Amino acid sequence: MTQLALEADHGHIVPYPTLIKVWATLLVLTLILTFVSKVFHELLAVWAMLFITPLKAGLVFYFFMHLKFEGPLLKGMVLVALSTLVIFIGMLFFDVSFR
Amino acid sequence: MSAMAAHVLGEEPSYLEAGGRGLRSWILSTDHKRIGILYLVCMLSFFLVGATIGVLMRLEQLTMGPTIMQPQTYNAMFTVHGVIMIFLFVIPGLPAVFGNFFLPILIGAKDVAFPRLNLLSWYFFVTGAVLAVTSLFTGSGPPDTGWTFYAPYSIRTGTNVSLAVFAAFVLGFSSILTGINFVTTIHRLRAPGMGWHRMPLFPWSLYATGWVQILATPIIGITLLLVILERFFGIGVFDPAKGGDPLLYQHLFWIYSHPAVYIMILPAMGAITEIIPTFAHRTIFGYRFIAYSSVAIAALGSVVWGHHMFTSGMGEMANVVFSLLTFLVAIPSAIKVFNWVSTLYKGSIVVEPPMLYALTFIFLFSIGGLTGLMQGALAVNVHLHDTYFIVGHFHYVMFGGTGFAFFASLLYWFPKMFGKMYNRTVAIIAWFPLFIGFNMLYFTMLVLGVMGMPRRYYDHLPQFHTAHVIATVGSWFLATGLLILLGNFVVALFKGRKAEANPWGGVSLEWTISSPPPMENFEQVPTIAGPPYHFNPAVHR
Amino acid sequence: MSNAIPQPHTLPSAAHHDYAGSKIAMWLFLFTEIILFGGLFLLYSAYRAKYPHEFHDGGNELNYVIGVINTLVLLTSSLSMAGSITALQKGSRRLAMLLVGVTVALGAVFLVNKYFEWMVKFHHGLYPNGPELLKRPPGQVLFFGLYFTMTGLHGLHVIAGMVLLSIMLVLLARNRIRQDDYGKLENAGLYWHLVDVIWIFLLPLFYLAA
Repeated sequence: MTQLALEADHGHIVPYPTLIKVWATLLVLTLILTFVSKVFHELLAVWAMLFITPLKAGLVFYFFMHLKFEGPLLKGMVLVALSTLVIFIGMLFFDVSFR
Repeated sequence: MSAMAAHVLGEEPSYLEAGGRGLRSWILSTDHKRIGILYLVCMLSFFLVGATIGVLMRLEQLTMGPTIMQPQTYNAMFTVHGVIMIFLFVIPGLPAVFGNFFLPILIGAKDVAFPRLNLLSWYFFVTGAVLAVTSLFTGSGPPDTGWTFYAPYSIRTGTNVSLAVFAAFVLGFSSILTGINFVTTIHRLRAPGMGWHRMPLFPWSLYATGWVQILATPIIGITLLLVILERFFGIGVFDPAKGGDPLLYQHLFWIYSHPAVYIMILPAMGAITEIIPTFAHRTIFGYRFIAYSSVAIAALGSVVWGHHMFTSGMGEMANVVFSLLTFLVAIPSAIKVFNWVSTLYKGSIVVEPPMLYALTFIFLFSIGGLTGLMQGALAVNVHLHDTYFIVGHFHYVMFGGTGFAFFASLLYWFPKMFGKMYNRTVAIIAWFPLFIGFNMLYFTMLVLGVMGMPRRYYDHLPQFHTAHVIATVGSWFLATGLLILLGNFVVALFKGRKAEANPWGGVSLEWTISSPPPMENFEQVPTIAGPPYHFNPAVHR
Repeated sequence: MSNAIPQPHTLPSAAHHDYAGSKIAMWLFLFTEIILFGGLFLLYSAYRAKYPHEFHDGGNELNYVIGVINTLVLLTSSLSMAGSITALQKGSRRLAMLLVGVTVALGAVFLVNKYFEWMVKFHHGLYPNGPELLKRPPGQVLFFGLYFTMTGLHGLHVIAGMVLLSIMLVLLARNRIRQDDYGKLENAGLYWHLVDVIWIFLLPLFYLAA
């Protein structure tokens, strides 16, 4: 059965090659992150962490958890949930940073 | 009439008969209506226990020095009073009873999205309640920390904190699962033709509440877990001796517990929004404002938690930010009040019991809200924090607000739920001791607080004595009113006359089906053709 | 225009399947997990800001090699999990079952690594209220306190995920999850991926803190 016909019956399918490419990217990003953290000075390590880690999480969300292929409702809900956590931590720092 | 006879006559048996009548058929039922009743019975029982503790506390304050108990007992009393009232009555509150019963009906559905999950929610509720009650009688005695369980005392005290806190943790699951169920139900099970802006406003409020249940409750979950871990393993996160910061406990606690008060009030406001148009015989004023203000309150209400901590040692910057946001969150609430009152304007008002209690809600909630604003002002808060003013404030919003909305909803929907009508005169008679007692008790507390009487104190100084006596006498009137109101319902269950399908002339979907409703609510799923509060001015009682 | 789903006018009383609704509900549940761990991340961030040097030192004492290996293990388990769904959608039930089995096995590998890691720390007295830890400065006490709490809670979720996936294996074997009805597997997969995402954040916070 063709991919298209399969998908018509069984919903969107993420092809194996895509999954493997995402996995490989995640591996590489992990190794880069480790390398930067261990070898370079702290500031660069922190920036690497702040940038690479959400990127890895994003790849898992988008491809492994299928979020890229979901509708705006689900994407919006995820955004609301993540923003809520970010706001909680951010607002906390109004206190923690100024005490 | 028997289910068989009704069926032969072409009438469907009601949900009270279909599916069995024994205990097993109730506690294993996945019918949202039965689950709502299960919650109702449990919650009213817990309410009565919590109210009794309240009366006992007030008796203690009738005289200076010991009256009927020792200080340690008093500390346990106000803790348990808070835990029971908040976790077992007000937070489950309207969603557990009226949300469960009426959400599917109001959107034209046959049940919620996940009926078995719904029953599981109730099981979690009962389990948590049993654990909470157990904590009163086992170990080194009931917790004495206040329902807020502040560290470091909650870590150090020998009383049964771990069990009580674990009970609250289990109760959290009940709330979360209900929230997930309701949000999904509203997204997926609205009847054909019911777009979001044709949905009645009680479901709108349940939707906003559901999100708060989902996003806020896990924070109390982890916080309570950490208290248990601290007590058993000494992790150190709230222990100053190990570098921990007790203020972080307060942050985590209130990040949930402030949004929790919106879990308490939003559905109450939603129910009031259903009641007022019916008895004003006018469509609701400002439908979209009320709908969106529910969402706004849920959102804004999630970022104001610091106003519980103004005097705890937060930095000035945090104080200012939280104070400002607290003032902002009052705005959508005020918008609702304006809309309810505007709905009355040029309406054809009939003061039946539900309407009387709904109007009372508006009055009492407004006092509660305004006193909340007062507390949100930093300079004022320094004087009012941890005084009786706070106690008065939250009883006005939680009891005068959610409590009275609960009563109003029961008065409104009782005939539909049970197919019996209660004695309306008695319901109105009950209002008088309720209203007088309520204000005697809680307005006096506001005055006591301004005078400087601290809260959670077992005893009081002579200058506060007269006010305390007034408050205690008020509690007796209040208790009397409660007994009359609730007793009236119990009598109606057994001896009330049969209620018609639409005793109040309402226009939402629940009034189109029989009282009590059949098992699957609608014989045919309705198709919705227009907005929800369509009153024909030429046709009214 | 309404986006409510049209319902047939005679519904059976038994629960009917709503694939999209189940998926929404699963994501909503995942949000509660995100916020649950989020509370711990909140504590971590506050204490990291307060004790930057002690957190740095604490991070040095953790074995980052095991941390990275565990990360690779979980990432691979996510691959096998996602792959199992693709396999089932394409009609290969056997392959799907194999891949779910691989996922569970990798979860076990993760837990074994974790066990050895913790044992080493316990052996050195580095655990809450442990003799060595009590000698350390407060910031380090908190670092390790948070380390055990967060990796411990995460480990519990790995176990829960493994149980869930084992149940999915049984359902696959009994054909209760099929090419034309795989929502349960997808939802279980979502749970597993979230467990992976949480670890993705735990790695730098603890092992690469130095």
